[in-house]
Amino acid sequence: MMELLQYEFIRNAIMAGILASISCGIIGVYVVVKRIVFISGGIAHASFGGIGLGYYLGINPILGVLPFSIASALSMGWVSKRSRLPEDTAIGILWAMGMSIGIILVSLTPGYAPDLMTYLFGNILTVPFSDIVLMLVLDAIIILVVYSFYKEFLALCFDEEFATVRGVHAERLYLVLLCLIALTIVVLIRVVGIILVIALLTVPAAMSRQFTSNLKKMMMLSILFGAVFSSGGIWLSYLFDVPSGATIVLVMSVVYMLYSFVKGISS
Amino acid sequence: MNMTADVVVIKDVWVHYDSVPVLEDINLVIKEQDFLGIIGVNGGGKSTLLKVILGLIKPSKGTVRVFGDTPQISRKYVGYVPQYSLFDLEFPVSVWEVVLMGRLGHTGLLKRYSEEDKKAALDALAKMDMLEYKDRQVGKLSGGQQHRVFIARALAANPKLLLLDEPAAGIDTIIQEEFYELLEKLKTKMAIVLVSHDISAVSVYVDKIACLNHRLYYHDSKELTAEDLEATYHCPVELIAHGVPHRVLKKH
Ligand SMILES: Nc1ncnc2c1ncn2[C@@H]1O[C@H](COP(=O)(O)OP(=O)(O)OP(=O)(O)O)[C@@H](O)[C@H]1O
Ligand SMILES: [Mg+2]
Repeated sequence: MMELLQYEFIRNAIMAGILASISCGIIGVYVVVKRIVFISGGIAHASFGGIGLGYYLGINPILGVLPFSIASALSMGWVSKRSRLPEDTAIGILWAMGMSIGIILVSLTPGYAPDLMTYLFGNILTVPFSDIVLMLVLDAIIILVVYSFYKEFLALCFDEEFATVRGVHAERLYLVLLCLIALTIVVLIRVVGIILVIALLTVPAAMSRQFTSNLKKMMMLSILFGAVFSSGGIWLSYLFDVPSGATIVLVMSVVYMLYSFVKGISS
Repeated sequence: MNMTADVVVIKDVWVHYDSVPVLEDINLVIKEQDFLGIIGVNGGGKSTLLKVILGLIKPSKGTVRVFGDTPQISRKYVGYVPQYSLFDLEFPVSVWEVVLMGRLGHTGLLKRYSEEDKKAALDALAKMDMLEYKDRQVGKLSGGQQHRVFIARALAANPKLLLLDEPAAGIDTIIQEEFYELLEKLKTKMAIVLVSHDISAVSVYVDKIACLNHRLYYHDSKELTAEDLEATYHCPVELIAHGVPHRVLKKH
């Protein structure tokens, strides 16, 4: 594996994998313990609208995703808390709406859309350096916000009503959390693509939950798991010349299932 | 804080759920060091009334003042033990972390919990006899133990008004008695509102009683008239009044 590191694209890929592991390790823990996997999947898929927007405006699609995913996070949070629709119905509608907007915008764009598959399924081996810088900035924002509001986030996830009673602005803080999920999705798109993002958000966190019941330790562990899985996935995908995003997800899922299986047998 | 000795002032308050009235024309004044028991049938609106005082539910009519301010502003001084704590039993959080959450209103954003916060949390845990479970995951405790943790969480805030929604439910009799005795001590430092179905316990420990069945029957004392109880429980009831302990019994 070491000789692979002489290639710049491999170094970038590993760097991107580690940066992705940091954000999804931290935010994935919230997604898993607060059981908001569905809404996170919704934000991720609706972000496809932002890819379409990027193509349509002729800019880097990632720059289209950033505002679009934040907008979908805010509208999903708002609709699921305030509207009279059941939460999962509301999310389902917005999920499909975002994707539809993306498809229409892509089709309206003259010529054909290069790399569309990259955004859907990710390709960590082609991450340009500029995107790594963006990932670094987003990671820094995520760490800073979680560090600042750690105790409030914990209270919010554990017991929203009591957090409110203690003066936490629960609804606002929940929207902040959804925005952090949106940022994480932007970080992850390059690595595994919109469709597979949800695996990176859930598997490392769910696996770390097996080893500790302390939120901070869960975050550390899931960052570690994410980094190991994504590096392993990159190496395998290079070795067998198969798509990197799918390989990373498959490595994670197989390890997690094997682990659960072995644990199930031994207990 | 306002200088007035009135802890809670509720004026002409109505609460509707989907246009069905749940609280009708509630007027209530709770004073400093009051120990008020609220009794009433299931669905009478007791939990709703506590949530109104906490500002979790906005009345459709009327005004609520807590320590002379809106409930939202005064929350800091209010401790709350909910009737049900619906939380995920798998949630990775320790007893200690949960009790510290009671201190959130005091610590302020962007700050870690201070030594003072930690001391208050330790005291509260000791009061509920839960110190030895400090590092356990909350979801792995028994139901009654969890409930004691939630009482400790409310006490950790050192509130000036303590709202208890059936705090004794599911707690064994030894701890229950200790708990009521603890409340007797606490009432010199704070006003306490105790919602309970345990009428005999209420009549022994509280200083004042109110009946709630959509409307509130309260005379700022421990006396309730036969009409009050009939309106509350929809059946003839008899008061063995003025004796000690005051008891409210159903006639057969
Ligand atoms: N979120 C809600 N939506 C609609 N109706 C509600 C809601 N919460 C409570 N209610 C209704 O309001 C009424 C009062 O409820 P509340 O919980 O205040 O009663 P309670 O006196 O605390 O009863 P219990 O003794 O069973 O705890 C009930 O009839 C209930 O059906
Ligand atoms: Mg109730």
